Amino acid sequence: MNRPLLIENARIMDPASETFVNGALLAENGKITAIEEGAAPGAPDGATRIDATGLILAPGLVDMRVFTGEPGHEYRETLASAAAAAAAGGVTSFVCMPDTSPVIDDSALVDFIIRRAAAANGVHVLPAAAMTKGLAGEEITEFGLLKDAGAVCFTDGRKSVGSTALLRAAFTYAANFDMPVVHHLQDAGLAGAGVMHEGLMATGLGLKGIPAEAETIPLERDLQLAALTGVRYHAAQLSAAASVAIMARHRQANAKISCGVSINNLSLNENDIGSYRTFFKLSPPLRGEDDRQALIKGLKTGTIDVIHSGHDPQDVEVKRQPFAEAGDGAIGLETLLAAALRLVHSGDVDLMTVFRAMSTRPAEILGLNAGRVAVDAPADLILVDQDYPWVVDERELNSRSRNTSFENARFSGKVMRTFVAGNEIYRHGEDDK
Amino acid sequence: MARSKPQTSSGSPAGTASSVPPFKHRHLLGIAQLNPVEILELLDRAEAMIPISRQPRKILPTLTGKTQINLFFENSTRTQASFEIAGKRLGALVVNMSVKTSSVAKGETLIDTATTLNAMQPDVIIVRHSAAGAVELLSQKVGCSVVNAGDGAHEHPTQALLDALTIRKHKQRLSGLTVAICGDIANSRVARSNLMLLNALNVRTRVIAPTTLLPKGIENISAEVFTDMRAGLEGADVVMMLRLQHERASGRMIPSAREYYRFYGLDAEKLALAKPDALVMHPGPMNRGVEIDPAIADGAQSVINEQVEMGVAVRMAVLDALIAEKSQVTS
Repeated sequence: MNRPLLIENARIMDPASETFVNGALLAENGKITAIEEGAAPGAPDGATRIDATGLILAPGLVDMRVFTGEPGHEYRETLASAAAAAAAGGVTSFVCMPDTSPVIDDSALVDFIIRRAAAANGVHVLPAAAMTKGLAGEEITEFGLLKDAGAVCFTDGRKSVGSTALLRAAFTYAANFDMPVVHHLQDAGLAGAGVMHEGLMATGLGLKGIPAEAETIPLERDLQLAALTGVRYHAAQLSAAASVAIMARHRQANAKISCGVSINNLSLNENDIGSYRTFFKLSPPLRGEDDRQALIKGLKTGTIDVIHSGHDPQDVEVKRQPFAEAGDGAIGLETLLAAALRLVHSGDVDLMTVFRAMSTRPAEILGLNAGRVAVDAPADLILVDQDYPWVVDERELNSRSRNTSFENARFSGKVMRTFVAGNEIYRHGEDDK
Repeated sequence: MARSKPQTSSGSPAGTASSVPPFKHRHLLGIAQLNPVEILELLDRAEAMIPISRQPRKILPTLTGKTQINLFFENSTRTQASFEIAGKRLGALVVNMSVKTSSVAKGETLIDTATTLNAMQPDVIIVRHSAAGAVELLSQKVGCSVVNAGDGAHEHPTQALLDALTIRKHKQRLSGLTVAICGDIANSRVARSNLMLLNALNVRTRVIAPTTLLPKGIENISAEVFTDMRAGLEGADVVMMLRLQHERASGRMIPSAREYYRFYGLDAEKLALAKPDALVMHPGPMNRGVEIDPAIADGAQSVINEQVEMGVAVRMAVLDALIAEKSQVTS
């Protein structure tokens, strides 16, 4: 039983109801018990009082795409180090991808993740279970047992399933259990040996490109299968302008589909690769500026539901390679919010849209009781200084790996405190390494 | 044929290496890093090196006491030999390393290899690697000069320089010429480096290939893009053929070597569309009967063997520029 928590003088934002009030919030026994406009209500005895003048009080972020190294590659990231990074980034719940060793394709392994996560700092670690055994794309996993064990969705993580017939079976079977299927889109044949966006930049660097069609063709297929099967389908991460247009068209006929975008694809483009900088080697690749602008527009219009970090820790050996031979991925839990606030500061997207895409919508898609600042909702909250200036120093990040795409980036906006169930799990300046 | 004054950096006839200003780069990673004046200066230096190779005692001891390591992650007998001869003619101690069969096979990374070699205090490392950008990555980890001897499909700067030198020797100029590069443009570092160099010197460039072998955005790099070889060759001063990796391309990028030769192989009939004195070039090794008719390869217009000779001169010039005057390096 934790002490009651009273946060006063905050700008309280609830993306679920699209309200923004100046006032106070009281949390007791892990839940929000009162929200008052203006002056604070009387606080119970022993309550922790926090003066949040100048800060935004928002729901904790829900990150739908986080890779960890545990089990199997703990030197890259453990659940505990990922949770520490999450707390520092304002992420109170994250979906842990099944691309581990062994792969999370069995209910015992889902149970293992849940038990290991209990040793973390309170951040909700939500296991995603593999859609196919061993992520091999050949046989579907035990969806029912995995759901019972606590999996929140089915996905093959970094892998894209190539077989249309298998996907149809997986979607059909997942619909029985009303479980979302999250799919990474990349046609392996079209992507070939490609390592970045196909275009003039790749030609100049002498690198093989990945055309946007490697994403749009499987997206179109998946959306047709989603309509056929009635599954709750989520396209993990779009990167191309054409994908946004396809998604917009299908949404009109199917309310059960949704899609996400990595903060990297939303805030960076192919030019950031510059002179073979491997921290920008990502999947899907960073595409052209026109694509990035289309993704921003898709976010504004609601075509894109979710922004996620795509947190993917890779050790030095994997990244200290020639670009074509280096691994994909970048860490991002701690920079997710700050990078998203860049879009707000630049006037591209409003604050409410950004927070909705990082809290309310992912919670809705996953069926979680999260992503809201409302009475009776869990007190998973963050206090954000929207204008706090800081520079990313990768040595100060909590993740075990250092492969950030935002190395030395200048940001305005930072999470100052993070609470899970009313307990403070991070405070800026105190828990930082 | 009347020979006019060659186009040089200073407008004067090619002089000796000592008359050329100091080279301002620590490494030669690509043509992209060079401005037109620097390119012409390197060509002038190379021109001055040609007589060294042609004299009975082929030595210019400007690199005496220097150590050159040829670090080849990919097999390349010709380029490696060319760099080795160039270094030895300048008096350097040359060490050849084929890494493919040693440390990399044991799990050592490129950077580990670089760090180890750096500790041996070489003065220059010549690197060939299958990955674009690998040479630049290595150059960041060593204290000596690095020369790119080909990185993936990215750059092969000494090949472009030797091609330019060969053309200049025959045509007395580069500016204003039309050079047609034909073949697997998508996978060719030779094409990229040549296009950059030739564009910098006001040469009109054309690329000719089936669309499957043309990289995206090539129209922004080459002046003209042709898929019809006959149209592309019309009026060209130079026809530069590229090696086709036909064992890799067959059935995917092109239907067959036979069909490729029919439409993109250089034969007498197609060559007749270029200027009568057009030069025929090839970086080697050639697939005779796939991209080029053997008779053309050995014919009167072919300067392919001369390219090899110019290769040594260019590599001598590059080594001389990078390490003989290192004390004057400013960047």
